[in-house]
Amino acid sequence: MNLSLLLGAIVKDTPGKPAPVTGSTLDEKIKNAKTQLDAQVREVVKWHFSPATGTPFWLEKAKTFDFNPLSDVNGWADIAKFPMFEDDWLRGGPVTRWVPKGYAGRGVYVFETGGTTGIPKSRIVIDDFKIDYEMFSDTLPEKFFPKNSNWLMLGPSGPRRLRLAVEHLAQYRGGISFCIDLDPRWVVKLIKKGWTEHLKAYQEHCIDQAMTILSAGHDVRCMFTTPKLLDALCKRLEQEGSSISKAGITGIFCGGTEMTSQWIRFMIEEYLGPEVYIAPTYGNTLMGLAASEMPTAAQNYKIAYYAPQPRAVAQVVNFKDYNELVPVGQTGRVLLTTLTKEFFVPRFAERDEGEREPPSEKYPWDGVSGVRPFHEIAAQTTVGVY
Amino acid sequence: MIQIPVLRWGEPYPSQEKDKVVHFDTGEVLAEVSRVNAALVERDMRFAQRARDVLREIPIADLLQMVKKAGELYAKAELPLGDGTQTPEQFVRMQSATTGLPEHMCRFNMEKNNFVLGNMDKILDSLTRGLDLNILTRGYGIEARGVPVSYQCQSPVLGMVLPSNSPGVHTLWLPIIPMQVGLVLKPGPQEPWTPYRMASAFYQAGVPKQAIAIYPGLGDIGAAVLNSCPRSLIFGGTATVEQYKGNPRVQAHGPGFSKILLGDDKVDQWEKYLDIMCDSVYVNSGRGCINCSGIWASRHTEKIAEAIAARIGPVQPLPPEDPKSGLAAFTVPNQADGVNNDIEAALKEAGVKDMTAKYGTRLVKKERCDYLRPTVIHCDSPDVAMAKKEYMFPFCTVVKCPQDKMVEKIGPTLVCSAITDDKKFQRGLIEATHIDRLNIGPMPTIKLNWLQPHEGSIVDFLFRARAFQHEGPVNA
Repeated sequence: MNLSLLLGAIVKDTPGKPAPVTGSTLDEKIKNAKTQLDAQVREVVKWHFSPATGTPFWLEKAKTFDFNPLSDVNGWADIAKFPMFEDDWLRGGPVTRWVPKGYAGRGVYVFETGGTTGIPKSRIVIDDFKIDYEMFSDTLPEKFFPKNSNWLMLGPSGPRRLRLAVEHLAQYRGGISFCIDLDPRWVVKLIKKGWTEHLKAYQEHCIDQAMTILSAGHDVRCMFTTPKLLDALCKRLEQEGSSISKAGITGIFCGGTEMTSQWIRFMIEEYLGPEVYIAPTYGNTLMGLAASEMPTAAQNYKIAYYAPQPRAVAQVVNFKDYNELVPVGQTGRVLLTTLTKEFFVPRFAERDEGEREPPSEKYPWDGVSGVRPFHEIAAQTTVGVY
Repeated sequence: MIQIPVLRWGEPYPSQEKDKVVHFDTGEVLAEVSRVNAALVERDMRFAQRARDVLREIPIADLLQMVKKAGELYAKAELPLGDGTQTPEQFVRMQSATTGLPEHMCRFNMEKNNFVLGNMDKILDSLTRGLDLNILTRGYGIEARGVPVSYQCQSPVLGMVLPSNSPGVHTLWLPIIPMQVGLVLKPGPQEPWTPYRMASAFYQAGVPKQAIAIYPGLGDIGAAVLNSCPRSLIFGGTATVEQYKGNPRVQAHGPGFSKILLGDDKVDQWEKYLDIMCDSVYVNSGRGCINCSGIWASRHTEKIAEAIAARIGPVQPLPPEDPKSGLAAFTVPNQADGVNNDIEAALKEAGVKDMTAKYGTRLVKKERCDYLRPTVIHCDSPDVAMAKKEYMFPFCTVVKCPQDKMVEKIGPTLVCSAITDDKKFQRGLIEATHIDRLNIGPMPTIKLNWLQPHEGSIVDFLFRARAFQHEGPVNA
């Protein structure tokens, strides 16, 4: 029998995936990354603001600008000319105002964020989620995320990017993703109503589904999940005399709220051990996926995220002046910019703050660590959705 | 600066995340307290049964001696705290510095805790109605009058989600260890001091370390404690009390809405009771749930309000170390503004009058904290919204209400001091299920008899009376 039929075929790169940054020294890599980012800015801005290929929303918005994006934006520094992106612009229809004319006729997905009350924010996607997760895939160590292995997707279902993206990640790496049903909007309602018993029962329902998949002989080796669900899964496995490792899982891609150094230390020290790799990520539907090296005791379990440049940039800026980067190591608000031909989001102030991290060999651009809810809005936010 | 770790059944665990505990007046960082994650709390509950097991190995009589000794150590000794030590005076200063309570009030609370620990044998004797305490250890036995009884422990540990604003509440969990039940404490963010110092004193007095866990953290830690412990106490506002109403696992302690009722037979001599009324409102800066927030009478109410206002209205904030300081600071930003705004909004209703307005501004803003000065409000009817208010500073309403409507109108009342000899009125009060502690006669609401249960007996909460019969020996 053909071996590829048994192992699954590795999916080819989606067109548009950027080439890795090259360079023999860190300085050279930093310089090349900047050059690549400047080129990305020029290409993406030209695409979204040209009458032939542009995005209806941006073509209309450009009429209010005091600059011409086509002639006045020549690199990353010029992104500061754009006004702050307001995520409320993403609420309601027609969603086609976000589809670039250059992509007319292509199949379009809509991914939504939040949405417990009122109209949710939504963004259109064609191939972005594939490219983002292919780039993320390249950061995963083969030893712990073996190619051709199957995945458990223990995260939100419904109109969210994660459901399709994790499935694509598994397929890109030659595997199959097994999913559960999880409606985070119901979870938020349970939290707001204070129905803790129901909340617990719903979480148990999700873990039941995961346990069923893990017990069904699907040879699952990798998984996506969130901190709360990983807590619950580890607890259940332990109660049943098992563990993540005994269940055969060697690699965990973990994202979502409440990822802290303390939590990751607890998870590594008390549940995962040295045989399991955990890859923390930071991101949302508006941007790609910011990756992190596995935190270690030697580094005090610091989680430093790096956005997938040149398609997205994460900056740490002064709380009082979003045009000013804070010095490396200092605290500020996280400012995101997404730069793809499908979606242009300049200067979006995330609901998070953190410390600015210096470029590294693997990621020769700025990163952000210690991500936590922005202190001015933390009290108003319902976190720990799933 | 002292580093205070999480205590996992007595084992120190410095966390990756720490919260700074700051002096409200000077801004000085007094300690860094490790902040735990919720899953760690839940996982540690694997050892909850061990907490009870190690305590059951020690006879209750011996545990009573240990807690008595612990009380003395708590009040008088220099005890380990995190990576340092703490003297009683340092404890007083630190507690005052973060809770805003004047130092002399912190000292008083310390004496109160020591008193409770020193008299724990009498307290348990009264709360169990004279039960042989060994029956709690065994779970069954024969009462002195020859009746077989069984008390089944409902939880190996008691979870406590503690407040920051009222260090007096710690007396509620002091009887737990001698009943051979472990403690899982989530301290209030501004008041880590008492749980840690008390745990230290218990350890020094011989209580096994495995019997006590302390988990500082945010709201999710409180939720984890409640989820993980089969029995818990939580302190919060009215919303918290409503949320856990009817939940047999949780005893929620909220605002007290404690009151003094003047019967028609006594109200004409109201001046005789002015000291009792003022003390009930003002002592301990009005922070406790046992402080009086409503004085009800059918007549003379405006004069009563005026007289109380004349006594406590002129009080000004003083430095926390001043022995005459009567007002606690609000150390949580914007909290005092919120309270003040709420009072101002309620004052707009007809029939409501601020009797302390003439003594100056209520809200006093300082660089790092705020104060609310004593406030007395007259309400000419029990139906105005203001008549149901309670705040954590010396605040009271004086409500005009016919005596025959009082029981119906007062609403939930933790302590009710009814000054009356009227037999019918007394009977109505005794029968009223929305009154918890009832004092008949001229007694301040703040005067507690420690031999009486508070918001339900903690023994009944932790132990279930049930049938237990056996033929032949029981060796367990």
